[in-house]
Amino acid sequence: MSDTLRPDLWLIAKLIPEGSRVLDLGCGDGELLRLLQLRGCSGTGVDMSPANLVAAMRSGVDVIQLDLDSQLGEFADDSYDVVVLSRTLQTVRRPRQVLEEIGRIAVHSLVSMPNFAHWRNRLRLLSGRMPMSKDLPFEWYDTPNLHHTSLPDLEPLFASLGMVIDKRIPLDQTGRRHRLVNLAPNLVASSSLYLLHARR
Amino acid sequence: MKSPNELSVGTVTTSTARLFAGDNPLRLRSGAALSAVDVAYETYGTLSPSGDNAVFICHALTGDAHAAGFHDGDTRPGWWDTMIGPGKPVDTNTWFVVSANLLGGCQGTTGPSSINPATGAPYGLDFPLLDMADFIEVHRALATHLGIDRFAAVVGGSLGGMQALQWSLLHPEEIGRAIIIAASSRLTAQNIAFSAVGRQAIMRDGDFREGRFLDEGTAPRRGLSVARMMAHITYLSETGFEEKFGRSAQRGELSKNFGVDFAIESYLEYQGERFLSRFDALSYLYLTRVMDYFDPFTDPQALDALMDDPVRFLVLSFDTDWRFSTEHSRRIVRHLEGAKLPTSFREIHSPWGHDSFLLDIPDYHATVRAFLERAAEDLA
Repeated sequence: MSDTLRPDLWLIAKLIPEGSRVLDLGCGDGELLRLLQLRGCSGTGVDMSPANLVAAMRSGVDVIQLDLDSQLGEFADDSYDVVVLSRTLQTVRRPRQVLEEIGRIAVHSLVSMPNFAHWRNRLRLLSGRMPMSKDLPFEWYDTPNLHHTSLPDLEPLFASLGMVIDKRIPLDQTGRRHRLVNLAPNLVASSSLYLLHARR
Repeated sequence: MKSPNELSVGTVTTSTARLFAGDNPLRLRSGAALSAVDVAYETYGTLSPSGDNAVFICHALTGDAHAAGFHDGDTRPGWWDTMIGPGKPVDTNTWFVVSANLLGGCQGTTGPSSINPATGAPYGLDFPLLDMADFIEVHRALATHLGIDRFAAVVGGSLGGMQALQWSLLHPEEIGRAIIIAASSRLTAQNIAFSAVGRQAIMRDGDFREGRFLDEGTAPRRGLSVARMMAHITYLSETGFEEKFGRSAQRGELSKNFGVDFAIESYLEYQGERFLSRFDALSYLYLTRVMDYFDPFTDPQALDALMDDPVRFLVLSFDTDWRFSTEHSRRIVRHLEGAKLPTSFREIHSPWGHDSFLLDIPDYHATVRAFLERAAEDLA
């Protein structure tokens, strides 16, 4: 399984303590939760796509169909150890409310987000075109991505919600930890993964 | 179109077993006892040597033991033939499927129209009021009778889903997985209102004779058919009715009279009439009342046994079901998932309202199939 696993999911899995109860928002076909099951974790995936939900169930992952923007209230306060929101925050209508709910459902969360200010995107903008890349592969008129941000614009949002950044891991276009991690992440990171904890 | 026998369990027969009798009466939740209880049931598929592949099917309000296949000479299959059979979501090549008529029913299992051994006459309203837990006791006795001590899955829609939930709460060690479809853990005032009007239609029919109609050779046929017609409206969605009937006339064109003029009126009339040949007014009273009172999560200890012995749940609703809307299913999920039980939930898109659970809706069937295929894999 690890041969074909998205590298960023591998990274996320390694950041989650064994035995944790995990809520994976935007879980796709349950790939991350399957990997986490091998690490003694339990949990629930959330998605809206029928094909994804059926595939996850078939593979032994429990999934709950609901809308991240309006129905996260279904989950009780502190009912999970960790919430994962991988490459999904840019697709919700109200990122601030979704993050607020995440901080309510679990103390710890892992959130990743494409970086609009990556140097390739900046070059595309300078050439007069909207950025398109492996992390932002869609035409502007046909994209699930409703919000774009740079890392310096994202981080204050976490702070304003009482979510503290424990770790920031800049990722390259393949979702691996960026080699030049200390060098101007907002310029070189194609996306960024944050390990957060919510102040209680 | 598929030929009727393709993917079918074929010709089946209903069996009857006496599960409680004499010195082994059925003790009900109410404290009352029934000294003789017969249960009508059918089975499909083959029980594995280790007995680990049993699936129990719980039927809805007006269902019966005949869930799949054909009775000899019949052209219509059992009520859940779309779901159960070789290669179907509840795959009889894998599972040994047990389906039984409910306690209080009227299709071979002891109910209020059965003969009271103490009097030699039908029970009528002397039959004790039932509880969802009483249904489960009888299902469990049937399991023992069949040599099954654990079900890989218990599956049901509507009242059937309520039984699957109740069984999971009471005896989770006997169940691997539960599939709860278009069900509820607590009827709303509106649900109870519909239920009450249905019962009133029956009880206010002059031929009801205060429940002694069997003794007196009458039957509240008008009341029962009106109850069925009204209930049937709640089983479909407005869109479903619109698509099926719209405002079309039953005979060519509308002719302004008080009779059956619109096609929908004729359809309801037909449903009401057809119901009379297969259902009993007393069973209708008793079974709807069980649903009204069902409210298991009010007991603060309701989930204790289940948390010690988790059952894996699949809860399903249909987006146009307004009898037991998605909110009913979400409430069940909040309780189960909130207790950290392994729970999956889907809201299936279907235009057909509550009755969707009986229909061959590809996304719905794919979901049940996936959940049970995984269950089979876990057994292996």
